[in-house]
Amino acid sequence: MAADEPLVLGIETSCDETGVGVVRGTTLLADAVASSVEEHGRYGGVVPEIASRAHLEAMVPTVQRALDQAGIKASDLDGIAVTAGPGLAGALLVGVSAAKAYAYALGKPLYGVNHLASHICVDQLEHGRLPEPTMALLVSGGHSSLLLTEDITSTVRSLGATIDDAAGEAFDKVARLLNLGFPGGPVIDRYAREGDPAAIAFPRGLTGAKDPVYDFSFSGLKTAVSRWVEAKRRAGEDVPVRDVSASFQEAVVDVLTRKAVRACKDEGVDHLMIGGGVAANSRLRALAQERCDRAGITLRVPRPKLCTDNGAMVAALGAEMVRRDRAPSAFDLSADSSLPVTDTHVPASHDELHRLAE
Amino acid sequence: MLLLAFDTATPAVTAAVLDTGTGEVLASADQIDARRHGELLLPTIDAVLREAGVAKEALGAIAVGVGPGPYTGLRVGLATAAALGHALGIPVHGVCTLDGLARAARDGGAVDGPFVVATDARRKEVYWARYDADGVRAEGPSVDRPAEIADRLAGLPSVGAGALLYPDAFPGAVPQGPAHQSAAALAAFAADALASGAELPSPSTPLYLRRPDAEVPKNYKTVLPS
Ligand SMILES: [Zn+2]
Repeated sequence: MAADEPLVLGIETSCDETGVGVVRGTTLLADAVASSVEEHGRYGGVVPEIASRAHLEAMVPTVQRALDQAGIKASDLDGIAVTAGPGLAGALLVGVSAAKAYAYALGKPLYGVNHLASHICVDQLEHGRLPEPTMALLVSGGHSSLLLTEDITSTVRSLGATIDDAAGEAFDKVARLLNLGFPGGPVIDRYAREGDPAAIAFPRGLTGAKDPVYDFSFSGLKTAVSRWVEAKRRAGEDVPVRDVSASFQEAVVDVLTRKAVRACKDEGVDHLMIGGGVAANSRLRALAQERCDRAGITLRVPRPKLCTDNGAMVAALGAEMVRRDRAPSAFDLSADSSLPVTDTHVPASHDELHRLAE
Repeated sequence: MLLLAFDTATPAVTAAVLDTGTGEVLASADQIDARRHGELLLPTIDAVLREAGVAKEALGAIAVGVGPGPYTGLRVGLATAAALGHALGIPVHGVCTLDGLARAARDGGAVDGPFVVATDARRKEVYWARYDADGVRAEGPSVDRPAEIADRLAGLPSVGAGALLYPDAFPGAVPQGPAHQSAAALAAFAADALASGAELPSPSTPLYLRRPDAEVPKNYKTVLPS
């Protein structure tokens, strides 16, 4: 670890995890997370107001925990990074407000960064600096996107995204249908390991000849699974939860990996990274590896804890912003629930930079 | 001691610096913009500190309005206060937002006997509290429909945007009273409370007064025709 690499603290509150990470360059020093996931369990999905209340409660203790883990003092930092969007508006605002106050009180530059770009940049903590360009498949309860990045601090292009449900959402809904609880991803992965992925031929969304090449759709699949399960129940038969899980999961990861590899080939990109909570899915990892190997593509998937929402990914992108001398954000930075993926960060306006320089 | 006070639980984005030794407000700023608390608060804090000529490192404590108030705005102030206090290593004290308005109403001469403070809680409700002739909170804070509390509060003068918004329920609304929070009054209230050893609410327990809106999903919806 080079001592002259930027030391950055990152804050993430776009959904239900209060994440605070500390990174030096591409080295992870701390990754503290407080989650309100259990409070959301009985609602079958994230309740924004519950998440926002939990963020406020967890913020300072989680920052302190991250500083302790990293063994640094706040005054040692070179910058504070925070997710400015996209995400739940009220949840984002807690993190943005806290980050601004820390940056202001400590006299450090503030970097409001994009949540999706952070999901990509976190891989630097695992596999070193991102090759340029890198193809990224981001899959979670909130997003399903194919992104191409030339420079993670400035240039991210969207090739495709889901037109209805996010991949993780489909996992949650199918888990609810099967009475497996929330969140659905890990539990379906577990049941699927003991099931037959070819038992039931569930549809592959948007894979027809005339369909958009890189977009995803999981709503039809979810409906198909529901119909199949209901028909079984009506007939008074047992629902084979393991086979349904395996066949559903196979339909999801088949489409995800097929489209991601296709995008790499079409764009002449030989690196694919997969991030987001669904990247923790064991079958997605295995099938992606198989298909990338066959296509001569290098696959980069960070360890599961770095794939789910966390503060380290925000710190990783913040550190890269400092290293590449990107303009910091101003103290009127606001949370933007629909921040476009092309806005890798939210730099201060030109006038504001002059004022800051005074 | 130099006390920084701010509040985002009403449409006001308001901050002030008070010297508790002299009781003098060194600087204060009030803007009304219910939708931009997040953007405006920190620049407003920066502006009052500059105007007061106070370095942030010289601050001795922070006082922040803990509501009741619309949640999203309220949390901007609380998250900011918690992080500033943590980073600067100074204590953060909570103040019931309605107590700040009550202080402003009395200091400004809008009321002298017992009175009511009511702010807009949206959804056709008000956040309110009742104060005695000494300005001490005697009841509340609570959240209610104006018509449901009108009888009990009848005959009392009232201040705050909630009172002005529902004249039928608050016929005693004082138009020249404060409509929204001012951090200068909040700071004065906090300074007196600290000096007298009175207990202030914890800044980590916002006065939401309502449970989060959340519905446990209905039983699973079938997709096959029945
Ligand atoms: Zn995410």
